[in-house]
Amino acid sequence: MLKPGKRVKRGRRGDYELSLPEQERELLRSLPGQLIERLEAGPDEPDLVRLFPPAYTRDEDQKAEQEYRGLMGTDLVDRHKGALEVMAATIDADRLDEEQMAAWLTSLNELRLVLGTRLDVSEDQIPPPPGDPRAAGFALYSYLSWLQGQVIDAMSGAL
Amino acid sequence: MAPTAPSEVRQTADETKLRPDRPWLVIVWNDPINLMTYVTYVFQKLFGYSKAKATKLMLQVHHEGRAVVTSGTRERAEMDVFRLHEHGLWATMEQSD
Repeated sequence: MLKPGKRVKRGRRGDYELSLPEQERELLRSLPGQLIERLEAGPDEPDLVRLFPPAYTRDEDQKAEQEYRGLMGTDLVDRHKGALEVMAATIDADRLDEEQMAAWLTSLNELRLVLGTRLDVSEDQIPPPPGDPRAAGFALYSYLSWLQGQVIDAMSGAL
Repeated sequence: MAPTAPSEVRQTADETKLRPDRPWLVIVWNDPINLMTYVTYVFQKLFGYSKAKATKLMLQVHHEGRAVVTSGTRERAEMDVFRLHEHGLWATMEQSD
């Protein structure tokens, strides 16, 4: 059961206080590493499709799309990995600077994009009943969404 | 030094097809995963939009399925698309008709 309360608070000096209970840190700990490993498999894996959307979709732009993939594809893998590496390295931190918090934000979003794709979530998703084989996945997805919401709230104050 | 001769104006078939005078539109598409507050946040952060403008665009994406978030040269549009992809948004680009 999730303990209520604020997990992320923006400090006066522009840094962020991260108050995550130990069990939530344990839940999050292995996730960035797992996705980094998945990214090594390459951007064409079906569950990674949302991390690498096409830039050009019109028929007449197919050549441009190939060029975009060729030029930017590796950069995009590196950016995604870079954020996840920061999250992995600061998983036990109580304070994060702006850049690290931003990396957590994009990492949480990446994790949700991949998990959400695997679970095939819809906009008005009803959680599956307990005992359903997808229940654990949906519970994790809901938790990540909730935590990401907290990070967004805290970071929006800095805009 | 010789004066620069007027450069020859040539237009290849490719350039004609690309219609360089028309702006490129960066489009964000609705998806069931990205949080509405996140999409608003990304528009504010990447494009410097006010909260009101970012929220309006986010709601347009949500209700109409897509919204044009920036427009300009092809290079600029491609960079914006890349930054949106970096943030996990479903963005594409196309030249305006």
